[in-house]
Amino acid sequence: MSQHMKYVDEYRDGDLAQRIAESIAAEVRPGQRYSFMEFCGGHTHAIARYGIAELLPPSIRMIHGPGCPVCVLPIGRIDQAIHLALQRDAIVCTYGDTMRVPASGGLSLMKAKARGGDIRMVYSAADALKIARATPEREVVFFAIGFETTTPPTALVLRQAAKEQLANFSVLSCHVLTPSAITHILESAEVRQYGTVPIDGFVGPAHVSIVIGSAPYEHFAEEYRKPVVIAGFEPLDVMQAIRMLVRQVNEGRCEVENEFTRAVTPDGNLAAQAVVSEVFELRERFEWRGLGEVPYSALKIRPAYAHWDAERRFALDYAPVPDHKQCECGAILRGVKTPTDCKLFGTVCTPENPMGSCMVSSEGACAAHYSYGRFRDIPVVAA
Amino acid sequence: MTKQNYIRPLDLKHGRVDMNHGAGGRASMQLIDELFARAFDNEWLRQGNDGALLELPAAPAGQRLVMATDGHVISPIFFPGGDIGCLAVHGTVNDVAMLGATPLYLAASFILEEGFALADLKRVVDSMAAASRAAGVPIVTGDTKVVERGKGDGVFIATTGIGCVPEGRRIGGAQCRPGDVVLLSGSIGDHGVAVLSQRESLEFETAIVSDTAALHTLVAALLAAVPEGAVRCLRDPTRGGLATTLNEIARQSKAGMLLQEAAIPIQPQVEAACELLGLDPLYIANEGKLVAIVAPEQADAALAALRAHPLGAQAARIGEVSDDPQRFVQMATRFGGRRVVDWLSGEPLPRIC
Amino acid sequence: MCLALPARIVALLDHDTAVIDLGGVRKTISIELTPQAQPGDYVIVHVGHAIGMVDAEEAERTLALFAELAAQEGAAP
Repeated sequence: MSQHMKYVDEYRDGDLAQRIAESIAAEVRPGQRYSFMEFCGGHTHAIARYGIAELLPPSIRMIHGPGCPVCVLPIGRIDQAIHLALQRDAIVCTYGDTMRVPASGGLSLMKAKARGGDIRMVYSAADALKIARATPEREVVFFAIGFETTTPPTALVLRQAAKEQLANFSVLSCHVLTPSAITHILESAEVRQYGTVPIDGFVGPAHVSIVIGSAPYEHFAEEYRKPVVIAGFEPLDVMQAIRMLVRQVNEGRCEVENEFTRAVTPDGNLAAQAVVSEVFELRERFEWRGLGEVPYSALKIRPAYAHWDAERRFALDYAPVPDHKQCECGAILRGVKTPTDCKLFGTVCTPENPMGSCMVSSEGACAAHYSYGRFRDIPVVAA
Repeated sequence: MTKQNYIRPLDLKHGRVDMNHGAGGRASMQLIDELFARAFDNEWLRQGNDGALLELPAAPAGQRLVMATDGHVISPIFFPGGDIGCLAVHGTVNDVAMLGATPLYLAASFILEEGFALADLKRVVDSMAAASRAAGVPIVTGDTKVVERGKGDGVFIATTGIGCVPEGRRIGGAQCRPGDVVLLSGSIGDHGVAVLSQRESLEFETAIVSDTAALHTLVAALLAAVPEGAVRCLRDPTRGGLATTLNEIARQSKAGMLLQEAAIPIQPQVEAACELLGLDPLYIANEGKLVAIVAPEQADAALAALRAHPLGAQAARIGEVSDDPQRFVQMATRFGGRRVVDWLSGEPLPRIC
Repeated sequence: MCLALPARIVALLDHDTAVIDLGGVRKTISIELTPQAQPGDYVIVHVGHAIGMVDAEEAERTLALFAELAAQEGAAP
């Protein structure tokens, strides 16, 4: 009895991959170069894990965008979480992704744990709520990161905490928004000034789009004349989306197309959007690691739920912390440089000793390249 | 076994470890007599000395010794398919066997936490005794200490094992050459997922159980089936998983490897559990599997020998050693692409992204 | 943000939670964001929540599209 994973395995078929690869190779115009940004960290990971780069013609370059919420999480926010654990004696609950991100003072959440901070990894926001109920004598803070996919679960938990009037629970909200990030990249100085990063199109995020729908991307297609193809999470989806982008570029179209029709609709998940707007509102500005301050790009907790806002409860200040001078994470996140352009890559900065967040999260461009693609950097010795 | 004058026997049902049990006095002796020595019972323990006087097999078999040691701190101590006790026995028996040695004797050292239930301790010790007997490797000496409540995690166990290797056998990580074939004795990820399933309350339709097992008879069957020297290296991919083990060997041998993802056996439910948890099965611990790097002309015979043994029924040829001064372990993915299988950095943490 | 998988709902526990099955592994998750989910439906699961439904027809259509490609390109030597 084969217990395969339905709607997963079929989209990982190697033979179909070859066929799509051949089709892409046939459609790219000779002499033309194509640069596509895959915004979503999950796509970066899929491209690396399945070795999709091998299957694309050399004229297509994939640029890894800032779609990894851990990568764009500024040091200052992790410092806040560490502060809550070490100085305020709170139990800090966090997703596994953030544990190794380097913060100030040579610390990370993992290192703070070794120093006695009560830092616990959870799979879901609901787990943090459970911990709060189980330890009423301690303050419990949920360190909430993620794009629009991860925000609704946090919203549910806040609503539940309010319903139960749970006194010892709060959320440190670092939820960020996809469209703002994409706009910021398209408006960045380098792109406008040099046109050196001709991003010809975007592979739109899979799961963010399930929540927000395909409609919000119309804006980029119209305003910036860039095609967007929303792609599913599996490797065949990514390849098919690239094929659709090549076609749009060749035909001079700038549309939003949806490859992930099995899960993404134009409107998205309205129930999820409703609970988010009930609990959260836009922050005027929020620092993104590598991108600086981006307006209206992140969420904070509404006054109605202020009691469960960790920033208010603990009167937290935010102190921005600059990156290592030679760390190129910012440029890499904007698609302007590649990991190998960074002097620290592979020498000082490795997955064991990450200097910046592109190396910490396995979706960061540097970690993905280091773990999966580094062997391609070794130059072929000419005969 | 020397009878001691104990006022009443250990309360193995409801009793708990207390500081007296580690003090070296009568309470310590009672714990050893009524729990450990009774379970492990053999001629060496019966002598009641602090160490064991051992006979080694006659030459040439007994010419060279292998020694290995392991600490066990696993939590939870009871998991589907095993417990810390049998794990401790299998782990060290396997480390000895991976050098091509016949395991002979084990020593076991216990650090007990004050308050640990004697019923649980008995369960662990009985499991060790059963594993030791089934493997034919006696526990000939040991030690017990007790630490205060909060300073231990129930029980920590350290086991040391010795075995003997025939003259001329050199099996080790530095012996591999480009062209050698990489064999794997069975499916990966079972142990790690079985343990995690306890922590994350995942339920499986058919339960995934730890694959913990003593591999020395599998090793013996393999070595008997091919000429001396054909097996370059043996290693069990425990902590850090297959990926870590292969990277270690690549580094030692100053070579690279090329694996075929499609050839690596993995149970569908282990794969699904890893997907759900955001983990990569290549980095998940195995406790009853081995990697064998063999000379190419003996690969078929070696694979057949593994498959003929109950612990190697799912054995597969998963790749080759390559000539790569960068020592990359590369993998041809099921999808048709290629990727590097790198060292594990830190604990494998589940991801949301 | 991205690690999300399609899984089949095997049972509803109450109006908020359900048991899903992925390749033989079962887990309890929240369906608060997909209140319309019924046993037999496939949902996309992320951090212990179903965040959307899988449209079976569209799934078939997408696969058919890939297969069509295979037929077209496969014709080439």
